[in-house]
Order: sequence, then C-alpha cells, then structure tokens
Amino acid sequence: MTETGRTPTWPLWEVFIRSRNGLHHQHVGSVHAVDAEMAVENARDVYTRRGEGVSIWVVPSASIVASEPADKDALFEPALDKVYRHPTFYEIPDGVANI
Amino acid sequence: MASPTSELPSLQKLADGCLVLSHRLGEWMSRAPTMEEDVALGNIALDLLGQARGLLQHLANATGDPTVTEDTLAYFREAQEWRNPLICELPNGDFAQTMLRQLFVDCWLADVWRAVAASAEDDDVRGVAEKAVKENAYHVRHSTSWVVRLGDGTEESHRRMLAALDALWPYRGELQSPAWHERVTAVLTEATLPMPPADAWTQRNSADGWHTEHLGYLLAEMQSLARAHPGAVW
Repeated sequence: MTETGRTPTWPLWEVFIRSRNGLHHQHVGSVHAVDAEMAVENARDVYTRRGEGVSIWVVPSASIVASEPADKDALFEPALDKVYRHPTFYEIPDGVANI
Repeated sequence: MASPTSELPSLQKLADGCLVLSHRLGEWMSRAPTMEEDVALGNIALDLLGQARGLLQHLANATGDPTVTEDTLAYFREAQEWRNPLICELPNGDFAQTMLRQLFVDCWLADVWRAVAASAEDDDVRGVAEKAVKENAYHVRHSTSWVVRLGDGTEESHRRMLAALDALWPYRGELQSPAWHERVTAVLTEATLPMPPADAWTQRNSADGWHTEHLGYLLAEMQSLARAHPGAVW
C-alpha cells in the first residue's frame, strides 16, 4: 500500500509458489511485508487460498536484478529465427510428464 | 449438547464463539492496515465460519426437529440464547486489540479443538475438529507474530498492546487453563509485555446467557437480512 502513503516503509517481496511436488516454483506476484516471516504468511494468505501450492518462496524484490527493457532486441531477437533450438524435431516418449 | 468431557466447553459455546468472532473479523474487511492483512483476516474469519457451521448443523440435527437448521440457529436466536465467550463479542478496538483478542481465543481453541478431535464420538464433530486443528495452527502463528511484532515494536505499538492487554485481561476467564496461561505467557514475554496477575478479577462466563451490551448490536446486523427475508437464497 505504498501508493496511499500509509505504510511507505514496508518492503516488497516477490512470491514464488510450487503447485505440487516435482514441479518448480513459479512467480505468482508480490506482497508487502516487514520481514521474511510476514512475507511468507502474507503470500500464504493472498496466493494459496484455493489450494494452489505446497511450497512458498519469498524473495526481497530489491534483490532481483532485471534485464533492461531497452535491451530487448539485443537479448531476445537473435533467438527468434533459430527454430532448430526448439525441441520439436523428435517425439517425446509417452510417460515423460511435465514437459 | 453435552461436551465430551467435563473440562471441555459445550459444543454450543464453541460454535457460537467461532461464529461471533468470525463476524467481528469480517468487520475488518476493506479496513485492515494492508491489503495483505485484509485477506489474512478474511481467511481466518472464513475458517471460523466453517467451523461454526459444522457444529451448528450437528447441533441442529441433534434436536431432531427438521425445522431447526444451522441457519435458524445462527439467525433466529436472541442474544440471551447465545453461549459464545464474552471476549468474542467485544468490539474490535484498534488492530492491536483485535490481534490480542485473536491470540487469546486462538490459544483457547488450540487445546479445545485437539481435545474434541481426540474425544468426540460423533463423526461430524470429530471431522470439524480435525480440520480445525490445522486451521487453528495457522491462526495461532498469525496472531502470535502480530502480538510479538507490536508488543516489541515501536513505542506507539507497545503502548497500544498494553492498552489492549488492560482491556482484554478481564475477559480471559472463560478461556483460561494452565495450558492457556503457559501459551499466552510465552507470547507476552517474547512481546516484552508484562503478564498481568493470573488471579486478577475476571468477568463471569456466558453460560447462563449473560452478555455484554455489544452482542445485541452484532446480532442485529448479522441477522437482519435473514430476518427481513426469511428463507431467502442466493
């Protein structure tokens, strides 16, 4: 709620949820919290209300280093025409889950 | 309506306490200190509501009267017929007072639900209790962390927790047991709050339908829709 100015000092935390065993944690959103413990509790309350997860990670948003949007072309465009990098040229055996 | 053992509160007291406290927590919706806490209080209120419903339906069935349902028990009883612990019906006060009240009640329920889960003969009641044990574990964690955070926080938050302790200590009478005192003492100590005397005066309990002035207003709001439109469904 930093926008309202009521609790301007509460840091932002990024929330990652693992929906079930064998899958990896996925980013689901963010919460405000004064410490890591509260961040986990808030993440639990906000993002796992409908049975979404079996594990929660929280990371201070300030610790995340992001790529620059302006670098988009240099970073990502070279991959667009390299279709041979996609694993689409062979059959995935039955029984391989989660791909 | 008898409790499984003489030390346990009646199921009526348990159900009414959960429902009334759920309504009080619901009053925080859209007004909590942060959006995250708003959702947290809503989750806890819904847990308590679910626990109350399970027990009220059991109590309704036990009457053998098909016209008695969880809804008639929730919406068509007068204040004198409610058996919730008085502390559940107290107004929310500030956030510190709400959290301390929650800690007191959560610590009470922690032992009660475990005992009901272990001793209830009725499958439905045991099912409610077994689910409630897990829900309560999180509630205790939530209220404990807030009481410690505010008690051992700023000068202002400490002052507010002291005021909350003054306001609520006289309402511990229906909750306290040696185990309750142990739990609460541990939290208050960590929160750098003084433990008030265990033998200080306390309110009498609500077993005979005696309540504070606040329950009537709470029920008037909670029951008004059902009474204005009996039998209404979504």
